[in-house]
Amino acid sequence: MNDLIKKLVEAYGPSGFEDNVRELIRPEIEPFADELLVDALGNLIAHKKGDGSGLKVMIAAHMDEIGVMVSHITKEGFLRFTNIGGVYPHTLLGNRVQFADGTIGVIGSDRITERGAVHPLEKHFIDVGAASRETCPVNVGDAAGFLRPFLAQGTRLSAKSMDDRIGCVIAIETLKRLSETPHEVYFVFSVQEEVGCRGAQVAANRLDPDVGIALDVTTTGDVPEARPMAVDLGKGPAIKVKDSGMIAHVGLVKIMRQRAEEANLPFQMEVLEAGTTDARSIQISNGGTAAGCISIPCRYVHSQSETVDANDVENSVNLLVEILSKPIVL
Amino acid sequence: MNELLKSLTEAVGVSGEEKEVRLLIRDLIADHVDEWHVDAMGNLLALKKGTGASDLRVLVDAHMDEVGLMVTEFDSNGTIRFSNVGGFDDRALLGKVVQVGPKKITGIIGARPIHLTTSSQRNSVVKADAMRIDIGAKTKDAASAQLKIGDKAAFVTEYEELGPTAIGKAFDDRAGCAALIELLRVEPYPFDLHAVFSVQEEVGLRGAMTAAYAVKPDAALVLECTPAYDLPNKDDVSPSVALGKGPSIYVMDRTAIQDPRLVSHITATAAENDIPFQIRRPGGGGTNTATIQRSRAGVPTATIAVPGRYAHTPAMMINLSDYANVVKLAEATLRSLAPNIIQHSS
Ligand SMILES: [Zn+2]
Ligand SMILES: [Zn+2]
Repeated sequence: MNDLIKKLVEAYGPSGFEDNVRELIRPEIEPFADELLVDALGNLIAHKKGDGSGLKVMIAAHMDEIGVMVSHITKEGFLRFTNIGGVYPHTLLGNRVQFADGTIGVIGSDRITERGAVHPLEKHFIDVGAASRETCPVNVGDAAGFLRPFLAQGTRLSAKSMDDRIGCVIAIETLKRLSETPHEVYFVFSVQEEVGCRGAQVAANRLDPDVGIALDVTTTGDVPEARPMAVDLGKGPAIKVKDSGMIAHVGLVKIMRQRAEEANLPFQMEVLEAGTTDARSIQISNGGTAAGCISIPCRYVHSQSETVDANDVENSVNLLVEILSKPIVL
Repeated sequence: MNELLKSLTEAVGVSGEEKEVRLLIRDLIADHVDEWHVDAMGNLLALKKGTGASDLRVLVDAHMDEVGLMVTEFDSNGTIRFSNVGGFDDRALLGKVVQVGPKKITGIIGARPIHLTTSSQRNSVVKADAMRIDIGAKTKDAASAQLKIGDKAAFVTEYEELGPTAIGKAFDDRAGCAALIELLRVEPYPFDLHAVFSVQEEVGLRGAMTAAYAVKPDAALVLECTPAYDLPNKDDVSPSVALGKGPSIYVMDRTAIQDPRLVSHITATAAENDIPFQIRRPGGGGTNTATIQRSRAGVPTATIAVPGRYAHTPAMMINLSDYANVVKLAEATLRSLAPNIIQHSS
């Protein structure tokens, strides 16, 4: 699975500009899907047919990643920028970004006068090696993603945009392994999650599913001075109970838990205090949907070294296959 | 004198009460559209049938509403407390003349004259909740006989043209409405064009939400007036957009990432037709694109805007050639909008 993970996490795909990621995912799922569709916003939707006895289930994993967008080019050819999604200023200085055309920039900052303080985003700039505004190869409005190679050390996997390419990998693997299902399953590789779960909203409007399950990363409480949280890396997929945007459907949470127990899969219960997922958009779409989320524990979320554990990834696939192979009675 | 801009900006239509503007627009478009109706929210929806060459459904939106104030309470001395409808910088309010309620009673947003203020008062910003509208009433009863709680107030600014620029209130977004009216007065497009003159944009992009739901478009274009900030500045910061440099094209704001394919189509169309354009600085702000884009199963949507200085104040300034170029660019963009532009290849 690491080859697929590496291919996806290293791809360019800031919110709104997910075409490259979609082009990589499409051939992976094409042989396993009964139907494929790209909607108006760019969501890739793969339908796996059921035997007619089950529900309509929407699985969502987002293709987009956080990034930056050029807002101004100085006379000297430096690029000021704004954030696409939740970018921490702490992660900027010395980092590298890549534009759609392959242009690479390094991030510098205005002079640091106080070593203990972090400059806000506006006091950073991108240097693409241009000598002037006129010769700069980048334009205002161009989007860039961060640049960082994939790293695997034992079972620990680190990369930029593990949020949420790892969810995409889990969706792809599940589609591949799901031989038979009672349900009409729609795997949605969604766009624009990081700017407000926008892609999943329109996909859910289209599909009007009975059940929605997002696959996304969640933070952990197992690093020094972490905000207390009962989710650790490597202890299994986290079944979301609540985050700041959604209370998961109680019946669905129960089923997820039951399937994990029956199959002897490790799992954890997740209460996330800040943040939400595509499941929120699905939950409140149309007349309402029973929604939940399988979260992949992840350290350093929204940094360029988002770290997950391969066993959690494998067990997330196992859990989702269990859920989708059996009836869902809410 | 551009009579269209004059009549539209001088009309009053604070968010939630756009009827005066709607009636004006209805009369201006009635002879140029095949059908029109007003929906439950007050949006004016008009259909201009196409030649039949293309079966796309295309929505073009401009919002009718403007920011304003609302009467909330009468003081015993006859002055009127108010709250805002839409976003304001409190400093823009003080000392301004407003027209209040259906009878358009003239009022002044009172300020203590400089003769009577201390230097510390002069150096601090007066908050809107400390301001009152004065209609000259001496008592609470006298004031409440003229107006009722919930009445809205709009600025009073006569439209004027000065060389290449026009000055007036509510160019945000009557400039967009004027442009949309012009787009309805020309030859039919290859496809059916659904014009939406929307309500309640300034209070949260609300009208376009129901209009887009009803129209079910395949693609949409939003016509706006976007804040220009191009005054002298010693720092090397980007003007958001500048007056006189052409239509402003959105890429991303706080509420939406515009459809990249439509953005490319618009910029290519501008280049082909020798129309100047500027990319609006990505970042803050929001337009009806957000709600149209995310209605139903999603709609590719983009925004073209007239740059306007001093948005959300009593007096705005636009450049008339920017306005003319927005009309030109929007028309050229629509005429060449082929279905393949909005189809995903993978
Ligand atoms: Zn995510
Ligand atoms: Zn506006």
